[in-house]
Amino acid sequence: MTTATSIGKAVRRHEDPRLISGNATYIDDVKLLGMAHAAIVRSPHAHANILNVDVTGAANSPGVVAAFTGADVQEQLGSLPAGWVLADMKTPNHPPIAFEKVRYVGDAVAVVVAETPQAAADAASLVEVDYDVLPAVVNAEEAVKDGAPQLHDDAPNNIDFEWEVGGGDYDAAAAEAEVVVKQRMINQRLIPNPIEERGVVADYNRATDQITLWTSTQIPHLVRLLFAAVTGHPEQKVRVIAPEVGGGFGCKLYIYAEEVICGVIAKLLARPVKWISGRQEGYQATTHGRDHIADVEMCGNRDGTITGIKTTVYANLGAYLSTFAPGIPTVLFGFTLGGPYRMPNVACKVYGVLTNTTPVDAYRGAGRPECTYVIERLVDIFSKETGHDPTEVRRKNFIPKFTDGHEVSTGVTYDSGDYEPALDRALEMLDYGAFREEQRKARSEGRLIGVGLSSYVEICGIAPSAVAASLGAGAGLWESSTVRVHPTGKVAVYTGTSPHGQGHQTSFMQITSSELGVPFEDVEVFHGDTDKQQMGTGTFGSRSVAVGGTALYMSLQKVIDKAKRIAAHQMGVPLQQVSYESGTFYVEDIRERNMSWGDVVGEAYSAKNLPPEMEPGLEAVTFFDPQNFTWPFGTHIAVLEIDQDTGESKVLRYIAVDDVGNVVNPMIVDGMVHGGVAQGIGQGLQEQAVYSEDGQLLSGSMMDYALPTAEDVPTFELDRTVTPTDVNPMGVKGAGETGTIACSPAIVNAAVDALSHLGVRHVDMPLTAEKMWRTIRDAKAAQSD
Amino acid sequence: MTTSIAAPFKYHSPDTVEEASGLLSRYGGAARLLAGGHSLLPLMKLRLASPEALIDLGGIDGLSGIREDGDELHIGSMTTYAEIARSGLVAERAPALAEAAAEVADTPVRNAGTIGGSLAHSDPAGDLPAVVLALGATLVASTAGGSRTIGADGFFTDFMATALGSDEVLTEIRVPGGGSGSAYAKLANKASHYAVVGVAAAVSVEGGVCTSARIGITGAGPHAVRSPQAESALVGSTPTAAAISSASQLGGAELAGQFNEDIHASAEYREAMVKVFTERALTAAFARAGG
Repeated sequence: MTTATSIGKAVRRHEDPRLISGNATYIDDVKLLGMAHAAIVRSPHAHANILNVDVTGAANSPGVVAAFTGADVQEQLGSLPAGWVLADMKTPNHPPIAFEKVRYVGDAVAVVVAETPQAAADAASLVEVDYDVLPAVVNAEEAVKDGAPQLHDDAPNNIDFEWEVGGGDYDAAAAEAEVVVKQRMINQRLIPNPIEERGVVADYNRATDQITLWTSTQIPHLVRLLFAAVTGHPEQKVRVIAPEVGGGFGCKLYIYAEEVICGVIAKLLARPVKWISGRQEGYQATTHGRDHIADVEMCGNRDGTITGIKTTVYANLGAYLSTFAPGIPTVLFGFTLGGPYRMPNVACKVYGVLTNTTPVDAYRGAGRPECTYVIERLVDIFSKETGHDPTEVRRKNFIPKFTDGHEVSTGVTYDSGDYEPALDRALEMLDYGAFREEQRKARSEGRLIGVGLSSYVEICGIAPSAVAASLGAGAGLWESSTVRVHPTGKVAVYTGTSPHGQGHQTSFMQITSSELGVPFEDVEVFHGDTDKQQMGTGTFGSRSVAVGGTALYMSLQKVIDKAKRIAAHQMGVPLQQVSYESGTFYVEDIRERNMSWGDVVGEAYSAKNLPPEMEPGLEAVTFFDPQNFTWPFGTHIAVLEIDQDTGESKVLRYIAVDDVGNVVNPMIVDGMVHGGVAQGIGQGLQEQAVYSEDGQLLSGSMMDYALPTAEDVPTFELDRTVTPTDVNPMGVKGAGETGTIACSPAIVNAAVDALSHLGVRHVDMPLTAEKMWRTIRDAKAAQSD
Repeated sequence: MTTSIAAPFKYHSPDTVEEASGLLSRYGGAARLLAGGHSLLPLMKLRLASPEALIDLGGIDGLSGIREDGDELHIGSMTTYAEIARSGLVAERAPALAEAAAEVADTPVRNAGTIGGSLAHSDPAGDLPAVVLALGATLVASTAGGSRTIGADGFFTDFMATALGSDEVLTEIRVPGGGSGSAYAKLANKASHYAVVGVAAAVSVEGGVCTSARIGITGAGPHAVRSPQAESALVGSTPTAAAISSASQLGGAELAGQFNEDIHASAEYREAMVKVFTERALTAAFARAGG
């Protein structure tokens, strides 16, 4: 029976009333008796030897409890680990508090603990550090050159890894091809901006030797595991709690220095310690995203057939390896370089490069936006070169519809795909023919408007563990659930995923209510506490519903199966004659012979008349490890106008047609597309992290880092096609990242289309007003030559 | 340091301008006036400014409000951007000021930030300095000993520096009357929404001929300036589109060699944009002047 809260319904988010009314507990709301406050002293230099750190003045400052240098806690703090290990990768030491050398502006050098945050901040300014400043390098391509400043002794030429993937024979294909187009593309560095910055509260119980860590994270269980590894504190005596988490976008997906610092200091001082990041501090000390310099090419024939793609990428990893960093520009970038196209020949080489900058790791999309950008820009350049309409080149090269797997040349198998309907629908929503007419008219009036397409395939539902492990993942990427039916029939759901804005509670309540037939409000979803939930992996890679939701679905089936066995026993009929629907167990063909959900649950717990050998209780646990990733796809279209006097770009329309398989809550999916597209527009038009040559972060605050606002985005026009996956029983693929993955190439393609009559072929992001003004001016000058 | 916590400071909330001025004297330059705080407090939180004391003007009666005084519009220095932006009087008498106030930052800032705070802070990319230059406003500076007036032309002296004495409180902005049209046009920094370039223009037209023109430019140089060469090119001419365009090419000519350059815009771009936005501001101003 379908209800207003069933799977597929746009149920309002159950968590929002508390989240927006000030009643939720975010990290800074955690206040413990006797809690002290930590301030981290950070390096103002991008690269320097530490000659001396003197915390005497700070330690004697009013209200200060203690001050520590990196050397003081060297024994207690091991190296922060890289959790994704590629073949022949270097793993440079990463001390949570630097004590020999600092390698980026923001590297921690000391920590001051005081009675108040104010006293800690005042005292931190009294820590004296003598630096021997060294030359710095911030650009990945420059960093690999002979003679460049060297960050780590064990990574010659700052090359952390060289990684390749491919299929077919690109060089042979290019030699035979009628057309080869080449382009250098910069995918600029971005700074993630969750509305809540990171923060940690650590508490140590002397009686039990237990450390409790509240931290604003996407991965509480992995933090527990890695905390134990770095500090040596036994894992069973570590409890990690992710309270309400105000956004993450990937930047809360790691073990961070402050987590282990606060935990160890709380233990040393035997009192709770809190650290809350400021926004500017976060800009330096929380991971960045993207930052690729890529030389890319595509080959094919004059008829518009694409035969191959090749990329050589310098991926900037920053000063140290963040937890997942090596996996982002490699596995999540290279395997989908064929996109939704028949791409028989793929060649991908990636240099992972260490530089004197903030570490780089996943940022919403994580490798897949960079991949899609390369493909979709190249498809447009190739279309222009071969004289075909970009919509037709896409259509001509799409992999035809498939429902039971399609292996692509890089060796991965897409689950299901039907790419043309999404393109058709997007073009229909735009009215492509009418737009081209409008564009001709606008040009005659001196206005510059353009349309850009982006057709994509992404890797979601991150798992399966064995495949991920073979590619370098250091942890299993399955997901878990517990369904615990209380004696009253109410249901507690425990998930190993860890939401930070996605509305998991609502979606998981819908799944539970739909499958069990119990009222929506009788379900409570618990997450983010390692003492409550069975081991889990966390929320990232658009995996929560596809993997975690499936684990929940399977536990629900186990519960129903057991309940049916109880009902059959009670009603004295064979199990196969019992059906369950909407809260009632009944004997097939004799509906009046039935038991209610509540009665069966009551029998499970009273245990006075259970089938022989059956244990009392009604509870199920599932660890679900799928056999494949999921592969959402779609087509996005941007329409852009450029002011030719100022170079300012405005997005006039944005159309997104996504296929994420079946949808649990369409309103939540729409919201995630909105957010992702806004971030994609931000990257396309205006966001960029800028470093000076000596490693100072010039875009170091929101006054200089241009996040998009409501005035920068248009009304979004959304639709979906539905191609279920057979990777999981609900047929869901994952929807958290489509926006950032598809959007930025659509924006740039639209800008280049607007200027194509001036001979413009490519512009690197972000399309700032000045950059576009120069592009237009130079193009016009070149035309008049 | 990457703190978000200001260094310790004392806080005073005087009841009168005289008292505020006395406090300024007492601290001998180590105190700052608080007049909205949306520029000052972020600097303090980053410890780029660490005044010994803040003297809050918010408790002084009579510093806020917009009224007519004969031909002139008198605006109290503690009048917020929001009040100015929604004032019918300002929209009618000094539309450039209304436009600029409405374009400052975002709603929370406009509800707290004040015209006096903006002018006295003299941020090189602030919107209002350009407007008071174009409107030929007079600024009233007060101390315990009395008041004096300072012409807008002589008010902005250098990067974040004004003609205000160390114990003077800016108390009022007087906008002269006259049948002129004015407008403000701005290229906003996408991050801060400050002006990459902002141009205010105020013009008068009689019998189809431009009789006066004042242009104020912000964002482009170390402080807001007028653009006398472009102004002179217009006075005495018929303000056709061609004449406006031609005069706009002289917009910011006086800033040659002094254009700001930062991660948001090069000097070359700012120089070009001053011309574009001079033309836009002039075109709108002449339209309002009935020219």
